[in-house]
Amino acid sequence: MTDTSSHTRHPVLGPRALWTGGAILIAVLAAFLLPARLAGSPDAPLLPVSEWVDAAMNWLVRDAAIGGLSLSDVTRALAASAQWPIEALQKLLAEGWISGAGFNKKQILPPASWLGVTLATALLAGRLAGWRLGLFTIAAGTYIATFGLWTSAMMTLSSVLFCVLAALILGLMLGIRAHRSPGIEPTVRAVMNVMQTVPIFSYLLPTLLLFGYGPSAALFATVAYAMPPMVHATVLALQSVPPDTMDLARMTGCSRRQTLWKVELPVAMPRLAIGLNQVVMMTLNMVIIASMIGAGGLGYDVLRALRRLDFGAAFEAGMAIVVLAVLLDRLTQALARKQSAGLRKGRFGRDLLIAGALVLIPTALSLLVPALAIWPKAWTISVAAPLNDAVSFVNQRFYDPLEALRTFALLYVMNPIRDMMQLLPWPVVVATVTIAGWILGGVRAAMTVAALALFIVVTGYWAAAMGSLYLTLLSVLVSLAIGFPFGIWAASRPRTQQAVQIFLDTLQTLPTLVYLLPAVMLFRNGDFSALIAIVSYAVAPAVRYGIDGMLHVPSERVEAAAMAGCSRWQTFRYVRLPGALPTLLLGVNQTVMMALSMLVIAALVGTRELGQEVFTSLSQGLAGPGIVGGLCVACLALIIDTLLKAAAARATQQDRSSHV
Amino acid sequence: MSDRSKAAQIRSTAEVVLSVSGVWKVFGASASAFRNRAPADRTAEALARDHLVGAVQDASFDIRRGEVFVIMGLSGSGKSTLLRCLTRLIEPTEGRIALHGQDILTLGEKALADLRRRKMGMVFQHFALLPNRSVVGNIAFPLEVQGMDRTRAEARARELVDLVGLTGREDRLPSQLSGGQQQRVGIARSLATDPEFWFLDEPFSALDPLIRTDLQDEVQRLQREQSRTAIFVTHDLDEAIRLADRIAIMEGGRIIQIGTPEELVTRPATDYVRRFVAKVPPARVIRVGSLMQAGPVAASGVSVRADETIAEIAAKIISNGPVTIAVTDRNGLLVGALDRQRALETLAVRA
Ligand SMILES: Nc1ncnc2c1ncn2[C@@H]1O[C@H](COP(=O)(O)OP(=O)(O)OP(=O)(O)O)[C@@H](O)[C@H]1O
Ligand SMILES: [Mg+2]
Repeated sequence: MTDTSSHTRHPVLGPRALWTGGAILIAVLAAFLLPARLAGSPDAPLLPVSEWVDAAMNWLVRDAAIGGLSLSDVTRALAASAQWPIEALQKLLAEGWISGAGFNKKQILPPASWLGVTLATALLAGRLAGWRLGLFTIAAGTYIATFGLWTSAMMTLSSVLFCVLAALILGLMLGIRAHRSPGIEPTVRAVMNVMQTVPIFSYLLPTLLLFGYGPSAALFATVAYAMPPMVHATVLALQSVPPDTMDLARMTGCSRRQTLWKVELPVAMPRLAIGLNQVVMMTLNMVIIASMIGAGGLGYDVLRALRRLDFGAAFEAGMAIVVLAVLLDRLTQALARKQSAGLRKGRFGRDLLIAGALVLIPTALSLLVPALAIWPKAWTISVAAPLNDAVSFVNQRFYDPLEALRTFALLYVMNPIRDMMQLLPWPVVVATVTIAGWILGGVRAAMTVAALALFIVVTGYWAAAMGSLYLTLLSVLVSLAIGFPFGIWAASRPRTQQAVQIFLDTLQTLPTLVYLLPAVMLFRNGDFSALIAIVSYAVAPAVRYGIDGMLHVPSERVEAAAMAGCSRWQTFRYVRLPGALPTLLLGVNQTVMMALSMLVIAALVGTRELGQEVFTSLSQGLAGPGIVGGLCVACLALIIDTLLKAAAARATQQDRSSHV
Repeated sequence: MSDRSKAAQIRSTAEVVLSVSGVWKVFGASASAFRNRAPADRTAEALARDHLVGAVQDASFDIRRGEVFVIMGLSGSGKSTLLRCLTRLIEPTEGRIALHGQDILTLGEKALADLRRRKMGMVFQHFALLPNRSVVGNIAFPLEVQGMDRTRAEARARELVDLVGLTGREDRLPSQLSGGQQQRVGIARSLATDPEFWFLDEPFSALDPLIRTDLQDEVQRLQREQSRTAIFVTHDLDEAIRLADRIAIMEGGRIIQIGTPEELVTRPATDYVRRFVAKVPPARVIRVGSLMQAGPVAASGVSVRADETIAEIAAKIISNGPVTIAVTDRNGLLVGALDRQRALETLAVRA
C-alpha cells in the first residue's frame, strides 16, 4: 500500500512554489502601480504589426521581383497552370465537356456516370477493405446521386484529388529533402508545428492575394495546409527504415536513385500511407471550408442553405460530406493496412481493367439514357421539407426549455466569465503564464511563453485573444468534464470501449463545418451555439485519452494494489489515476488544440474573438489583420501547448522516478 | 566438420586476398587531426583523455583466399566497426585496406559501389529483408541492382532458394517466414552475385539456439561446396570455434591475438584470452596432427586423420586397444602415430 501511494504525496512543485507565490504577488501589485495605459487591456496596438504585414504583402504582390520577373506574375502564372488540371478533373467528374455558351451550349462528352463511378469505387473498396465497405460505397453513391448532390460532390472530390496529389508530391519531395540533410530537419519541424496551429482561414488570405480570387487560390491554400503532415510523415517514415536496410543498399552498390526507389520508399510505404490518410482528411476539411471563397462544392451548398435557414438542405449536404469523409478515410486506411501486410500485384491489373469498364460502359450509355449521367431533377429525393418541419417543431415545442438553457448559460456562466477575463490586467496574465512556464519547464519554456504572450499584447489583439481564451477554456472544461469520466468508464468495459473507439474514429474524420449544423439548428447564432459546436468537436480526444490513460497503467501496478488489498476506489485513486496522469495531461493538450482549431469555424455563428477577427478580415480581404490575428491564435495554441507538454513531461518523470 | 584444418594448408599455399595494415577508426576525431597525433597520444588512455572513442586501434592482418576469418570479442570491443571498415560502410580514420593489392580507401564513390556490387556479399544481424518483396524478389535484389533483367535475376534467385533449403516458399513475403527462414533468405541474397568476399556481422545472434546451430551447419556446408573468403563477426565462442579457420580476438578496440582455435586454447597470448577460452575443452580444438609423432610407423587396425580433433576421434581411442594409432593425411597416406594415452589425457582435461 505504502509504495503505491507514496508518490502522490511528492512535493509536486518543490521550493519553486514559494517563489511563484511571491512573483504573482509582485505582478499583481505591479499591475495596480503601472500607468493606466498598461492596465486592463491595451486597446490600440503598441506596434502596428498588422500594418507592417499589410505593407509587406503589398510589396510582395506589387513590387517583389526575382530577376525582372515580378512575383505576382509568377504566382498568377502558377495559378493559371494549375487551372487546367483542375478543370480537366472537374470536366471529367462533374460537368462533362461542353462547348459554346448560353443557347449554343452543347454537351460534347458527358461526365463520368454516377453509376459507373460508384460501381468502380465499390469494386476498389471491396478489394481493399472487404465487401462491407463495397456495399457502403454503393449506398453512399446512390444517396449522393438521388439527393441531387452528385455534381457538388464531384466538384469537391476533384478539388480533393488535385490537392491530395499536389500535397503528396510536394510533401514527399520536401520530406525526402529534409531527411537527406539532417541540419534542415529541426527547422522544418518547427515551421510545421506553427503551421498546424495557425487557423485554416489564415492560409486563405495570402494565397488570395498572391493567386487572385478564384478556385485555384483556394486550392493552393489547401495544399499549403495539408502538406505539413505529409512532410512530417515522410521524414518519420524514412527515419524508420532500419540502419541494417540502409547498409544493405550500400553493400549491394545501389545508386542514390536505386536506394530511394527500391529500398527507402518501399520500406517506408506503410508509414507513408498513414501520412496519406491524414493528408486526405485534412484536404477534405479545408476544401469544404474553402468553398466559401467560391470553389463551389458541398461546403458551399451547406453554407448557402444555412444562410437561407434551410436546415434540411444543409443537413442533406452535410450528410453527403459525412459519407464522403467516411469513405475516403476507410479507403486510405485500408490502403495503409494493405501496405503493411504487403500488397500483392497480380490481381491489380485485372481489377483496374474491370474498374475502367465499369466507368466507361454506363458513361457511354448515358448518351442514350441521360439519367445515367446526372440524376434528373424531377426524380430527386429530398427530405429537406420534413426535416425543416421537424426542426421548427422541436424549436417551437421545446422553445422554453431550450431558450431557458441558453439564457441561463449565457447570463450566469459564460458572460460573467468573459467579462472577468476581459478585466484582468494583461501584465498579470503575462506574468502568471511566464511563471507557470518557469515552474513547469524551466527558463526556456518561460521565455517562449512570455514572448508569445507579448506578441499578442503588442499587436493589439489582447481583448480578442481573451475572448478566444474564454471560449476555449470553457469548451475544454466542458469537454473534459464529459470526456474523461466517460473515457475512464468505457475503459473498464472492453466491448463498450471498442464501440466507442469506432464511433470516435468516425466522428474525427468529419470536416469541421459539419459540427456547426446541429448546434445552429437548436440554438441559432451566438456564443452558446459556438460552445456546443466546439464541445462536440473537442470531446472526442478527451474520451480517447481517458481510455488510453487507463489502459496504459502497467498491469503489475494494478495487481500489486490488488494484492495489497486496495478497494476499487483506492486502486483508482492511488494507482490508476496517478499512472494515467501524463496521458491525461496530453489529452487536455489535444482537447485544447482541437477546440482552438474549431474556434475559427465557430466564428461563422457570430462569436466575438480572434476567430471572428480573422474571418472578418478574410471576407473583407484585409491581409494584415487576418494574418496577424491568425498568428495570435497560433500564439495562444503554442502557449498552452508549451505549458501542458511541460506539465506532462514532469508528470511522466515523477511517475518513472517513483516506480521501477 | 571434415575440413577444419584447411587453415594450415591455406596459410601456406593460398594467396593473400585481403591485407589490412594499421587501420584505425576513432570516433570524434577528424582524419587529418588524428594523423598528426604522435604514437604516444594514440594509447587508449590518451584517446580517453581527449574524449575520443578508439573503436578500432591499429588493426593489421592478412586474409587468404578461402579462409573463414572470425572476429570475436565482447560487446563494444569494436568488431562491427572493424568489419564495416573493411567494406567501407564506415570510413576508417587511418590505414590501408588492400583487396588484391588495391587500396580500397582510395576508391571513388562509383568504383566503390561497383566493387561492392561484384565482389562483396553481406549478411546482416537483423536480416534487412525488404518487406515488400517475396523471397525470390529479395534474393534477386542485388542482381537487379547490377542491372540484370528481371527474368534472369529471378531464375538465378530460384536456384539459390533451393541451395538454402527454402524450396516451395519462393513467393512468400518475409512477414510470412520464421526468423531462421528469414536469415536463410539473407544468406541466399548475399550469395546471389557469387561474391568473392562474404561478410557476416553476427548473422545468427538474433535466432534461438537450435536454429542457430542449423544455420551454422548451413554455412559450413556452403563453405565446403564453394569455398569463399569469409569474414565473420560473432561474440559466441562456440560459433567461432565451429566455423573459424582463424580467430581474431578483440578487446577495447585492439586485436590482441590472431590464431587458429587450437592456438588460442593451447597458447593464449594474454590472460584475457586465457579467460576467454577457459570454458573450451581442449579436445574440441586440438588436432591429431599436433599430438602425433611424425615419421613412418607400422600400420595397425584403426587409423585417424591428422586434421581431426581429438573430440572427433574420441570413440575410436576409447574403445580400441593398441598403444599407438596410425595417423593418415586426407589422402589416406600414413604420416605418423598417435600415442593413445596422450590422446586420452587430452580428452580427459575439462574446461
Ligand atoms: N557512430 C559512433 N559514434 C561514436 N562511437 C561509436 C559509434 N559506433 C560505435 N561506437 C563505439 O565504438 C565502440 C565499438 O562499437 P562496435 O559496434 O564496433 O562494437 P561491437 O564489438 O560490434 O559490439 P556489439 O557486440 O555490441 O555489436 C563502442 O564503444 C561504441 O560505443
Ligand atoms: Mg556489433
